[in-house]
Parts: sequence; C-alpha cells; structure tokens
Amino acid sequence: MLEYTLIPLLPLIAFVINIIFGRNYIKDKAHWVSVPAVIGSFVLAVAAFMDVQSGKVININLYRWIVSGDFNVPIGFLIDPLTAVMLIVVTSISSLIFIYSIGYMHGDKGYYRFFAYLSLFVFSMLTLVMSNNFLLLYFGWEAVGLCSYFLIGFWFDKKSAANAGKKAFIVNRFGDFGFGLGVILVFLTFGSLEYTKVFSDAGSVIGKTISIFGYEVNTITLICLLLFCGAVGKSAQLPLHVWLPDAMEGPTPVSALIHAATMVTAGVFMVARCNPLFSLSHTAMTTVAVVGGVTSIFAASIGLVQNDIKRIIAYSTVSQLGYMFLALGVGAYSAGIFHLYTHAYFKALLFLGSGSVIHALHDEMNIQKMGGLKKYMPVTYWTFIAASLSIAGIPGLAGFFSKDEILWRAYAGGDAGRWLWLLATIAAFMTAFYSFRLIFLTFHGKFRGTHEQEHHLHESPSVMTIPLIFLAIGAVASGWVGIPPLLMEHGDRIGEFLAPVLGPPKGEGSHAEEWMVMGLSVFVGLAGIFTAYIMYLKKTELPYKIGEKFQAVYKLLYNKYWIDELYDKTIVRPVLSVSEKIILGFFDAKIIEGVVNGVPNLIGAFSQRLRKIQTGMLSHYAVAMALGVLVIIGAVIFLK
Amino acid sequence: MLPELFFAYFAVTITGLSILVITRKNPVHSVLWMLVLFIHIAALYVFLNAEFLAAVQIIVYAGAILVLFLFVIMLLNLRKEEIEQKFQKQWPLGMLAGTLFILFFVIILNKFAVFPAPGEYSIQAIQGEGNIMVIGKVLYTEYLLPFEIASLVLLVAIIGAVVLAKKKISE
Amino acid sequence: MVPLSWYIMLSAVVFSIGVIGFLTRRNLIIVFISVELMLNAANISLVAFSHYLQSIKGQIMVFFIITVAAAEAAIGLAILIAFYRNNPTIKVDEINLLKG
Repeated sequence: MLEYTLIPLLPLIAFVINIIFGRNYIKDKAHWVSVPAVIGSFVLAVAAFMDVQSGKVININLYRWIVSGDFNVPIGFLIDPLTAVMLIVVTSISSLIFIYSIGYMHGDKGYYRFFAYLSLFVFSMLTLVMSNNFLLLYFGWEAVGLCSYFLIGFWFDKKSAANAGKKAFIVNRFGDFGFGLGVILVFLTFGSLEYTKVFSDAGSVIGKTISIFGYEVNTITLICLLLFCGAVGKSAQLPLHVWLPDAMEGPTPVSALIHAATMVTAGVFMVARCNPLFSLSHTAMTTVAVVGGVTSIFAASIGLVQNDIKRIIAYSTVSQLGYMFLALGVGAYSAGIFHLYTHAYFKALLFLGSGSVIHALHDEMNIQKMGGLKKYMPVTYWTFIAASLSIAGIPGLAGFFSKDEILWRAYAGGDAGRWLWLLATIAAFMTAFYSFRLIFLTFHGKFRGTHEQEHHLHESPSVMTIPLIFLAIGAVASGWVGIPPLLMEHGDRIGEFLAPVLGPPKGEGSHAEEWMVMGLSVFVGLAGIFTAYIMYLKKTELPYKIGEKFQAVYKLLYNKYWIDELYDKTIVRPVLSVSEKIILGFFDAKIIEGVVNGVPNLIGAFSQRLRKIQTGMLSHYAVAMALGVLVIIGAVIFLK
Repeated sequence: MLPELFFAYFAVTITGLSILVITRKNPVHSVLWMLVLFIHIAALYVFLNAEFLAAVQIIVYAGAILVLFLFVIMLLNLRKEEIEQKFQKQWPLGMLAGTLFILFFVIILNKFAVFPAPGEYSIQAIQGEGNIMVIGKVLYTEYLLPFEIASLVLLVAIIGAVVLAKKKISE
Repeated sequence: MVPLSWYIMLSAVVFSIGVIGFLTRRNLIIVFISVELMLNAANISLVAFSHYLQSIKGQIMVFFIITVAAAEAAIGLAILIAFYRNNPTIKVDEINLLKG
C-alpha cells in the first residue's frame, strides 16, 4: 500500500532536483528528471486503479501532521474509486503534456524552471485528489493555485503574463476564502477533518442551524455553499470565471495541463468528494446546478465570437465545467466525473493542438490571421477534428457519451432540471458551432497571415505530435466505458465503478424520453457544425452581415458581457484607491513607519548613552565583576 | 599554646608578605617576596599534615611558576615602566572591594554552624599509611579520569604557550 | 589546637589582598601574581578543611588547582608576550583593545 505514496512524491522529488540543480547543472536536460517521474506516477496510478477495481479501498495515515488539543490532522491518503479515476486522469494527461512540452518549450531560457513548476503542480494536484482529510485537500488546493500563478506568469518579463498570473491568484483568493471558512466550519461542526468521520456523521447534523449575525442558517447548507465558493473560484464558474481566459498568457502546455485538464477540475472533484454533504442540502444542490447551467451557456456564448484561438478553447473549458457542475447539482455525480474524465482528454488535445498551431505560426494566436493549415499540419488537423467532434457530441466519441449522460440526468431531474436541460442543450449547439468555427477558420480556406509566416509553416516535431495522437485516441475512446444502459446492457461501467462512492444516479424517465434527449443532443451538435460550415466556408460574408445586424449583441459577446470592466470599476479601482489613500497614505506612512522608525530611534538614543560604559579597560571590567560577586554574596548573606 | 603561637607567626608573616607582594614597584621584588610567601604556605601545609602538597607547592610554584614569571619579566625589559605610577586611578574602588570581601568572610564565618561528619582519613590513618600513599591511592582510583584530563590540560597549555609566544615568521 | 576558623580567616585575608592587588595595580605582571595569590588563598582553606574534616579530597582538589595554575600561568604569560610584541606596554589602563 505504502508504495502509492510515491504517486505524489515522485513529481515532488523531480521538482526539488530541478529547482536546486536545474539552473547550473541540469539546464536543458530537465525533462530527463521530470518525465520519468510523472510516468512513474502514472504506472503506480494504474496499479492503484487495478487494486481499487478489485474492491479495495486504501485509507492510510502516514504521519500526524498537526496535533493540538482536539485538532488532529494526519497526512494520509485515501484511494477509492473516485480518487483512482482522478489519478488516472491527472497522471496520464500530465505524462503526455510533459512529453509534449519537451518539444514546445525547447530552447526556452527557463526550461528547467518550467519542468520544475510542472512537477510541483502535478504533486499538488495528486495531493489534492489523494488526501483523506479536508486540510490536506486545502493544502493541495492552495498549492495548485500557487503553481498556476508560477506557470501563468512563467514568462514574467511579459507584463500581460505577469498580470494574468496575479489576476488568477487574486480571483482565486475570493473563492478560497470561502473554502477556508468551509473547512473551519466542517471542523467546528464535526470535530474532525477526516473524510470518513465527517461523511459518516453527516446525517446527524441534518436540520441543525448556526447563528450568523442573528440569522439562523442551516449548517450543512452553509458548509456546502462555502465549499462551493472555493469550487467556483478554482473551476472558473460565474462570477469568478474571469481569470481563466486571461490565464492563457501562460505557455500552451500549461493551459492544457492546468486550465483544461486538471486544476480547474479540482472544484468538480471536491464537490463530488463531498457528495454526502451536498446530498443533504437541497439549497446547495440547486445552487450548484444553476451556477453550472448558467455558466455553461454564458461561457459558450462568449466563445462564439472570440478570435484568440486559446481564449475560445478557454471559454469552452468554462462552459464544459459548467456542464460538470450541472451534473453534480442534479445529483448525477458519476456523470459529472465521467464528463470530467472524457473532457480532460479532448480538451488537453484541443489545447495541445492549438499549441502546435501557435508554434508553427510563431506565436500568432488570432484565428482571423490563420487558415488553410490543413495541408501543412495533417496530424494536428486530424487530431483537432477528433477532439472537436468529441466535444460537439457526435455519437460514438467520448464527448457524446458523457454529455448525453449529463443532459439526460438534467432532464430527468424534475422541473428545474428541465430548464437547465434546455440551457445545456442550447450551450451544446453553441459548443459545436464555435468548435467548428475554430477549425474552419484555422485549417480551411486560404492562409491569411503574412508571407513570412506562410513560408515557415511546418508540422510540429514528433515529440509533440505523438502525445496528440495518444490524446486523440483518448478523445475518441475514453467514453466507451460509459455507454448508457439504453444502448448497451452494463455499458455504464464507470458509473458502476464509481457508485460505491458517489451513489447511483437519481432521476426517472421513460425510454422514449431518453431517446428524445439523445436524439436532440446529436441533432444540435450536427446543426452547430452545419451552421459553422455554412457561415465560414460557404457564405463567408454571412458572419459580417450578422455582426452588422445584431451589433449590440455582437459587442456584448465580444466584450465578454463587460464583466472584466464591471469588476474593474466596482472592485479593483475602489480597492486600489482605498489602499493608496488610506492604507499607504495614512496607515502605512504615519502609524507603521512611526512605530517602525520610532523603536530603533529610541533604542539608538539609549545605546548612545549606554556605550559610554564600554571603556574597553580590562580593570574596569574586573572591578565590575568583583562588585557583582560582592552583590551576590551580600544577597546570599543578608537576604537569607 | 605552642601550635597557636606557631600559627600566629605564620598568619602574620603570610599577611605581611602578601601585602609586600602587591605593593612592590619592581615586579622582580614582588616575585621574590612571593617566593618567600610560598615557602611559608608550604610550611603551613606541613603543619596541616599535607606533606606531599607542601613539596608540590615548593617544586611547582616556587620552582616552576615563579621562575617562569622571572623569565618573562626579564624578557620584557621593563626599566621605564618602574618609575611610573604604581596604582590605577580606580584604586579606592579596588580597596573597597577588598575590604568588603574581608567583611563578608567574617560574616560568613560567624554563620558556620553545622559541619559534616569527619571522614575516614584521620591523622592517624594518614600517618599510618603515609600521606603520599593515601593521595596516590585516591588519585589513581577515584580521580583517575580528572587526573588524565589534567594531563591533557597541561599538554594544551604547553602547545598553547609555544604557539602564542613564538614570533610570526611571515611578518 | 588551632581552630579551623583561624585558617579560614587567614585564607580570606590573603584572598582579599589578592583581590586588591588585582584591582588596583597597573603592572600586568603583578596583576598576574595577584591571581596566583588568590589561588593560594583558596588552597590554604582547602587544605585546612581537608585536615579538619578528615577527608583527603581537599588535598586532591589542591593538587588539581596547582595543575591549572601552572597551565594558566604559562598561557597567560605567553599571551602577555604576544601582546607586548604588538603594543609595547604592560600598563593595564592603557590596554583598551576590548573597546569595539
């Protein structure tokens, strides 16, 4: 059992080696440290998966981390079906992305640093998913946030990258603050932070309330909403989604690893992990579902009109994460995790494919300046097609199974579920549309960039294309473990595998309705592709006409609903001006500096007088010593 | 009566010699008075049945340490130092400290009340076996380790003295 | 029989004279000699206690004190010579190298 602790430790060791020896010794051989480490983790993760599949649940405490009165936190690992799935997702995707990075980051001056941070990130993420208590989860959660800061701002000499890193970190703080409060409240309520204890006691606190500013609030609901705050921040849901598109300033492998496949799924994982708590609170569940549903259509609509290749995919990520939360919110936890798992493959593939394109075009990211890349980059093109078909929900591919599962669970989830289902279906249409808009603008038609760029167009090296092919296989085939029972008896193996942790999915419905939902989802997917085909390949003037006609809507979407500007006006500027005027101008300058300078000045003045005693004369010290001895003897004699 | 008279002579002489030692202008005189003082202290040790220590006192203190002092004084060649002021400016403070020490000792002495029971080495026992025999037995059994450490201390002192006092060749 | 307290008193007087010499003299060599004087004062009282309490341990202690005194004199005088080589003075109140 103990060898599974190596799963997070191997990347940590790689990090330590790279960060210490990277600068002077390892330099551009950093991948020889990190890649074997993460592949080792992958192999162990597969072994752990096999173990769990044979029915074992591993829960070991390695070390007593904090012991303080009743507060007792171990460092320990829990490997159950949910963790096993996450381990496979995280380690397999990271392995492929690490290999891809060898080609993509080749020649970068921070090469060793990049692999060091990536390794640290993988360590944090694995700690997060493997922990068996809330505090270690919180540790992984924050460590993941820290790594994302390092990696988004990896090219810190570029101002926009440094700013994006800060933005991601600060926006995440809002969510993490709630999450931290949630963890504290869990301890206050249950007296323990260990999953097993908390979840088994969850039933006993139903109906209990806690008083906040005079309002009686249901404890479980409050815990769930606070925890969900963290998930909203980390998984970039409304209203804290603003950091994710900006995070695309980082190197593309980072976008793929952190902002598509793994880190942003931490929120989904956490809610699924806490399903015994969430299931007890109807309010919290509804909140999760509504936030997820609204985010999915909101982000998809922004994605329709963006021109930056990575931002389109980023908004697509936000939208797909919305799907996952929708699934969690309607109680279909395993459907959410299933979508997380398939999404990781095709979204990592999309990002790495776009990275390949950007690499070929020497850092050009505007899809309006691309086009016709199909004949230059066949591998990238075909793998991109596979990912896009998958995300559009074309039958047989991974995205179809998981998305259909979510749509069906939403539909079966009652009246509110019907509305969410409607939103999600419209979002599915948009997803198909913008995915293929991206493909048609990038790979089809004529090349619209400069002549210089066209001259240098080339397929990426095989160290980059081979991970793409592997991911494409994942994007096509990873869904085959979750075929709905409607199509195949016992086809939903992942659902059955996860059932011991996440419970059986809820919701009832007839076969006819299920066929209808499935048919409609396929139809909207095809319709989206077809619309994109008409608009961007057949009648290329059409997008401009539509843009002209609905200028207000176009501007609204193009400017992302002006949310960044709204935050800038209502939060960032007031905070900045308060900081500058009150904190910096008064508090810092007068009070802090007054104290900070006053104390040494006082001590300095005192010392000026005291140093006169320091004559350096041996005999003066001897006299002082003799008198001191006399005082002591006198004290012994006279005070006794 | 005889022992008291004997002690009185030694006490007065030792005190007088001590004062002479610390008041002489010329350090050579001080050292020579010190020699006389050490011989008197050695005699006092014999009076207290410590013949071995009396011998050591003469050999080590008078024979070795004082000779070392004399050597150093001659090495330094202190002619012009002699004519200058003997005492430091702070001498009243030093006197005060010394007087207070005597005062405190008197007070402490008056507070002595309880003595531990006499040990096994009575005068007869020591005389029966011989003073050197007794010290040797205790020193090489009970105090073997401190004895060895003392030899180490002396070794360090020899090496240290050589290292400190030798001329730096490079300068 | 001479009482123990006489010896102790003698020891105290010699010790105090040593202290006075140590604190008042300017000549560094005489300061050293005063230290030896104080050690001898301690030795007198130890031997006296040894005799009156019929314990040999006092004499053993004196033996060690003489050893340490020899070492101390050797090292101290070596330091003095090394010092005199750099600053040709042995006047205590002109030595203020301890001042930072």
